Amino acid sequence: MDNVIVISMLILGGIAILAAIILYVIAKKFKVEEDPRIDEVAEVLPGANCGGCGFAGCRNFAEACVKDFNGQYCTAGGASVMEQVAKILGGEVSAPDPKVAVVRCGGTTACRPKTSKYEGASTCAIVAATYGGETGCAFGCLGLGDCENVCSFGAIKVNPETGIAEVDEEKCTACGACVKACPKMIIELRKKSAKFRKVYVNCRNKDKGPVAKKACTNACIGCGKCVKACNFEAITLENNLAYIDSEKCKMCRKCVEACPTGALVEENFPPRKPKEPAAEPAKQLNQADNSAKVNIPEQPQPQKVEVNIQKDNTQQNQQQ
Amino acid sequence: MEFKTFNIGGVHPADKKITAGSPIQVLPVPDTVTIPCAMHIGAPAEIIVNKGDKVKVGQLIAKANGFVSANIHSSVSGTVKQIGPLPDASGYTKMGVTIAVEGDEWEESIDRSETIRHDIDDIKPEEIIAKVADAGIVGMGGATFPTKVKLSIPLEKKAEAVLINAVECEPYLTADHRLMLEKAEQLMVGTQLLMKAVKCENAYIGIEQNKMDAIEKLTALSANYPGITVVPLKLKYPQGSEKHLIKAIMGREVPSGRLPIDVGAVVDNAGTAVAVYEAVMKNKPLIERIVTVTGDSVKNPGNFLVRIGTPIKHLIEAVGGMPEDTGKLISGGPMMGKSCTSVEIPVAKGTSGILMLPEKLAHRGEVENCIRCGKCVDACPMGLEPYLLSKLAKLNKFEDLEANHITDCISCGCCMFTCPANRPLLDYMNYGKGKVMAIIRSRKK
Amino acid sequence: MSNLLTVSPSPHAKGKETVSGLMYGVLIALVPAFLCSLWFFGIGALMTTLLSVLFCVATEWAVTKFILKQTPHITDGSAIVTGVLLAFNLPSNINPGIILVGAIVAIGVAKLTFGGLGNNPFNPALVARVFLLISFGEQMTGKWPLPIESRTSWLDAVTGATPLSHDMLGKVELSDMLFGGVSGSLGEVAALALIIGGIYMIWRKIITWHIPVAIIATVLVFTSIVYVCDPENAVNPLYHILGGGLLLGAIFMATDYVTSPMSDSGKIIYGIGIGLITVLIRNWGGYPEGMSFAILLMNALVPIINKKFKPKRFGEVKIK
Repeated sequence: MDNVIVISMLILGGIAILAAIILYVIAKKFKVEEDPRIDEVAEVLPGANCGGCGFAGCRNFAEACVKDFNGQYCTAGGASVMEQVAKILGGEVSAPDPKVAVVRCGGTTACRPKTSKYEGASTCAIVAATYGGETGCAFGCLGLGDCENVCSFGAIKVNPETGIAEVDEEKCTACGACVKACPKMIIELRKKSAKFRKVYVNCRNKDKGPVAKKACTNACIGCGKCVKACNFEAITLENNLAYIDSEKCKMCRKCVEACPTGALVEENFPPRKPKEPAAEPAKQLNQADNSAKVNIPEQPQPQKVEVNIQKDNTQQNQQQ
Repeated sequence: MEFKTFNIGGVHPADKKITAGSPIQVLPVPDTVTIPCAMHIGAPAEIIVNKGDKVKVGQLIAKANGFVSANIHSSVSGTVKQIGPLPDASGYTKMGVTIAVEGDEWEESIDRSETIRHDIDDIKPEEIIAKVADAGIVGMGGATFPTKVKLSIPLEKKAEAVLINAVECEPYLTADHRLMLEKAEQLMVGTQLLMKAVKCENAYIGIEQNKMDAIEKLTALSANYPGITVVPLKLKYPQGSEKHLIKAIMGREVPSGRLPIDVGAVVDNAGTAVAVYEAVMKNKPLIERIVTVTGDSVKNPGNFLVRIGTPIKHLIEAVGGMPEDTGKLISGGPMMGKSCTSVEIPVAKGTSGILMLPEKLAHRGEVENCIRCGKCVDACPMGLEPYLLSKLAKLNKFEDLEANHITDCISCGCCMFTCPANRPLLDYMNYGKGKVMAIIRSRKK
Repeated sequence: MSNLLTVSPSPHAKGKETVSGLMYGVLIALVPAFLCSLWFFGIGALMTTLLSVLFCVATEWAVTKFILKQTPHITDGSAIVTGVLLAFNLPSNINPGIILVGAIVAIGVAKLTFGGLGNNPFNPALVARVFLLISFGEQMTGKWPLPIESRTSWLDAVTGATPLSHDMLGKVELSDMLFGGVSGSLGEVAALALIIGGIYMIWRKIITWHIPVAIIATVLVFTSIVYVCDPENAVNPLYHILGGGLLLGAIFMATDYVTSPMSDSGKIIYGIGIGLITVLIRNWGGYPEGMSFAILLMNALVPIINKKFKPKRFGEVKIK
């Protein structure tokens, strides 16, 4: 009986040693020679494989950096990561202007009434290929979260109340994955300003004014008032749609005042000084809204909306 | 009688041909028509009229833009009111011409008499193709491929037979069925013209066994038209698919990625054959078509002869309005039709039916886990694996999709029809197919 | 119109087949075999089946609700099918505690750990059977209740051996195996009842003929070869077909959707594999019954079979 135990131990031990030798030989023989710095660089990268750098994954980016560090930048990791990479490889970090993703659609469920019900695979890409979308606006956010699914940082989420994707600026690394994923091309990488202040056209609707207005009360109707209001030639109007160039915009917010719908928005600004208090109560309410957003992020409506519509919205929300 | 069919996959949806017995009615000309420039596969036609122009019925208003494109003619007489984007079935907008109707004045060249002309002997093949091109004829079954492209056979290839697709395998639709009964002679002459155009001696008219009256009528007629044979087919969806019709009638398989002409076949819809007859013998461009307007709870469903560009709301009014319980409005049949959101969209060259599905039939079932039953694999008429393809498409694995032949998919919907777990197989496959096609195109460049 | 129109991609028509419809179809196909088992094993058969179904459904409900925290889907009938199949693989005098263990292994371990219906690589009922066979060998194979005689008793039934064990050779009539009357598991008692169920499923298009026919044909051919070579010791091929769990396995277990291949050619390869392994185990293996092991082994190969044996494609012809 003792013999059996000894023999089986010997046999099993022998097999184990043999297997170890084989593994060792194979590992030696088929070893791929590679710059050890690639591993080091890959180690400090975020590892999200977001593709923001233009490479398929973080490792590919690391390989590219080791080859030639000039002009490479990991938007997701930002300055701190790039400094570490520079320490490993030596050389200068060439940092592009910081950017942030902006969702340009203000067609909340309240101001953009549904005209049909969609039933089918729930991804934006398939809805967009099927038809314009559940509302009268064929340009707006579909709210099924293709952007949310591709975001490696949890920085963009569809707000179930408004039905529109919202960016968490603190988390956004401007990798651009959501920009590529959005079939309606609503998301744009815009210049990041201090305190995430933003002035932008919160609409992509290229329909003519009346059509756009009927589909969504927050739509850009292409009236051109903002273009006239702008002193810096930052706003262009094409196909019934205004666009603010974030490189040229000086954040004077005159265009926001000029906009007759809710299409132009300002975000994260301190409340405006109350001028002409009697004349325009509507704007005051707006200022309250905007200031409120800074403190209470749950407030779902950063848009500039007329007073009566705002009331209607809340009523509708309550009904829902 | 022997009934033929294809061998791989296929399903048997309830055929519900409610309107099979209703004769074709002529729908009155509406007061405005909106004619889109892209009613065919290929480049949109180029508009050649201006706002304010007076047009006659049959006048060319948009010219074919390239080889794969088609002419578009005014279907009414009146004034061009607007040139600009029009709503289409998908909720997006397309360029088009809006015409306010004034009277009904036709181009003089169009022969509007009822007499049926048989004198085709002196017409040359090139003349037929030229007239088909001028008339802007496209496949009337729904695919809307320009017919002149099909008839222009490359020199190194030879057509052995013309196949007339009168299968109408989509449930509900009866437009081709009524056409065969009421325009049988025209269909026969049109078929002869098609045979002549592609220089072949044989033609087969494939009809499914749920249209016995049409089979009998055309079989009797075919005695007078040498070379034309009526082929009765078993009931099976998607027999109206070009490749499956060729398989059913000729027993030949079009190789993956190839065209019917590679096996010597030219397939045209029955409606197309009649349109060819009208274009060649009567000088009449494609300005009207037969549309089935139907639905389970529609008051007076029927088949209508409609001018192209008529908003579908006129058709819906003609059948007694949209029923209260309508849950889905479909342009085309229930298997491959597009669901619409608006009744303002116009009848296009490929609109074979308007279907109003009641609420209880309008919804998909609750999506459950895939139980890997393989019913989609059994049902796929292309021999693909929909369960796998839809999964790969969902994961955006486009190389794997291509390796698994997603480009063969004909979007017939058999997989989803049969799936017991109500999975959105075709949704993902169409998405994946679109992406893979784009990748292939960019590779060629 | 009051309601919004629904929009979805095509097709807009749907066949009548549903998951629960298919599952209840399988249950209907199991009715003849169940009635036979009632006739031969009486109260024991009833109790075993009821308890097995109850335990399986309860496990499914409890695990989904309390461990996976999802909404239980016990109405789809799949747990009931597993329960009945598990019972059919057990002797009628089995201890209820063992059934409970079997149910927990089948549903809790073999099915839900992999993600529930549709995701399990192995047939749950068979995993449970093999688990019980190895863990409770004595109770599972030692004492088979004798048919008819044990009708009125449950746990204290009169017992005997299975016909495939060598000492039983030649003592059992083939007609008894076909029409019932041989000791064995619940579901194995009457071959004819199983065949009727199989024909019903093929007629209803719940299963295709490929798997059962491939298994039976392979076993028939292989055992005939063995029989011709060695008529002294080998068992008559027909005993192999009708005896033990072969028909139950071939018709109800191997054809389980989730764990069988998709394409027709794959199904035939899978069937042949099961047939070969079964005969190998039966003739030269340690267990008198090899069907369960054979099916489980082939289950493991299904992903490879699916990859290798694709359905015949339309237009898959050589271009001249």
